[in-house]
Amino acid sequence: MPFKIIASQCTSCSACAPECPNDAIAEKNGTFVIDPKKCTECIGYFDEPQCAAVCPVDKTCVIDASLPRYDAPANGPRP
Amino acid sequence: MSVLKNARSERCAIGSIVQPTAEHKGCGASGGRGKLSCGSQGGQGDLPTGVWEKIKDHPCYSEEAHHHYARMHVAVAPACNIQCNFCNRKYDCANESRPGVVSEKLTPEQAAKKVLAVASAIPQMTVLGIAGPGDPLANPEKTFKTFELVTKNAPDLRLCVSTNGLALPDHIDTIARLGIDHVTITINMIDPEIGAQIYPWIFYRHKRYTGLEAAKILAERQLQGLEMLTARGILCKINSVMIPGVNDRHLVEVNKAVKARGAFLHNIMPLISAPEHGTVFGLKGQRGPSARELKALQDACESEMNMMRHCRQCRADAVGLLGEDRSAEFTTEKIMSVDVRYDVNARLAYQGKVEQARAQKLAAKQEGLAELAAEMSELKLLVAVATKGDGLINLHFGHAKEFQIYQLSTAGPKFVGHRRVDLYCQAGYGEEGRLTTTIGAINDCHAVFVAKIGGSPKSELLRAGIVPVDEYAHEFIEKSVIAWFKSYLEKVQSGDIQHVERGDGAIRQGALSSVA
Ligand code: SF4
Ligand code: SF4
Ligand code: SF4
Repeated sequence: MPFKIIASQCTSCSACAPECPNDAIAEKNGTFVIDPKKCTECIGYFDEPQCAAVCPVDKTCVIDASLPRYDAPANGPRP
Repeated sequence: MSVLKNARSERCAIGSIVQPTAEHKGCGASGGRGKLSCGSQGGQGDLPTGVWEKIKDHPCYSEEAHHHYARMHVAVAPACNIQCNFCNRKYDCANESRPGVVSEKLTPEQAAKKVLAVASAIPQMTVLGIAGPGDPLANPEKTFKTFELVTKNAPDLRLCVSTNGLALPDHIDTIARLGIDHVTITINMIDPEIGAQIYPWIFYRHKRYTGLEAAKILAERQLQGLEMLTARGILCKINSVMIPGVNDRHLVEVNKAVKARGAFLHNIMPLISAPEHGTVFGLKGQRGPSARELKALQDACESEMNMMRHCRQCRADAVGLLGEDRSAEFTTEKIMSVDVRYDVNARLAYQGKVEQARAQKLAAKQEGLAELAAEMSELKLLVAVATKGDGLINLHFGHAKEFQIYQLSTAGPKFVGHRRVDLYCQAGYGEEGRLTTTIGAINDCHAVFVAKIGGSPKSELLRAGIVPVDEYAHEFIEKSVIAWFKSYLEKVQSGDIQHVERGDGAIRQGALSSVA
């Protein structure tokens, strides 16, 4: 469940939201926020986390160390 | 709806003109048509009639139309799929607009309503563009939804879109289906070695690419998109940002490559870069070109193709004619609270009057040219003009936010660009510092034509060697500068004055704010 967006750095450009395969990113009060329950670190979909790859501000979409890493189910991504 | 249909059938006719040049592949120094006359010169010249029909009332493509018609940009596309070193994405995209300014972000619904409100209030508004702040084609839903909503209610508006080109080949069908008739692609290089210095990364097919690989994909996609569009007969303009020491000489190659693929206009814009913009180039101290360097490059490319010299790199949400920006009158809050009635007929009637005025202006120019025909001289010089539109010298020196620059020779006046200046006269009095900036911006000119000018700036200008001319207030620009040039030549010949070359001009680096 681990990516988060550092709100103070987010420019609200919205680029990340449509790239997320799990629809985990939405706008809240002017900045973009990741729903940790939906994020799979893109595991099972893409080689790199899409939000971090498209984000124009370095180190803004980062692992949320306060939460356990996403544990990929053995039989592929969640439906 | 019939207007739309016309636009479509017209496009087919152009297709046959543009198509033959669209097949050249590879880094194309070869092929292409002969040079077209420059849209910025003011008349049809030797542009094919089909192309002229499409661009003649488009303020972005014809310098002459810039005096009479207005365009509008709406900022519905905040996301981008590449990173440019001249761009800081806290602000607007630096491709079409400038760093350092922020546009109001709108939803497609808000944007469509704003467009209708503005078009109803300003009948000269004929073009709607989507150019950012990010890349419109990286936001395809928002961009195309906006166009769809607008055409439903205002079928007479022309649509255009600007893009960095990365996603372009994926959207050609939609662009054609929506009747978008102009596409601007920003191409700053065709050589990945150079591209790697401009673009740190791209996001393409779910992957971030960097370095040479990124630049190679980008350049390929841009040229492919250009070829696909011209093959369909959709007009393509190319924007390039001139970055001294990085791509300045290379842009001559870019010019050949895009011409070979059927682009009809090439717009080379100066890099705008200051440390306070926070861009990579700004922080590195990468300078922009001087006015003379920019003109030399545009001249070098002009023998190949039409150059566009009047682009003023407006903000992504700019509204208005020429240098003016009326966006403050049309804030979202104001727009959403009013009911808009869109009256196509009233708009067409107004535009009819504009056409009459344009015909008059052209006649006046021809008259002047006939007088000049007898003169023989090698002499060439630049003059600056203060104008707020309609092709007239109708602006107070102290109110000008920019000057139009004309090159005068016995071949007639030729529009070569514009110079932004700090607003010199604020709250009724001028400040010394601002006057210095203005003089710096038009330092390569021999004279400046104004509707009116105060005594103190007048003497300052004279001291700097620039002649302030107010005898032609409220007359047509071209006719007036011809008349002035004629008497200048006579005075030089009779020995009354001595002709001296002028220095270089400066390109202002700050952002042009809406209400200064
Ligand atoms: S890492 Fe992938 S799944 Fe998680 S929020 Fe980012 S794009 Fe969505
Ligand atoms: S891509 Fe980055 S800057 Fe843009 S909205 Fe997402 S987190 Fe914010
Ligand atoms: S950005 Fe350039 S091309 Fe677009 S409206 Fe402004 S002047 Fe015209």
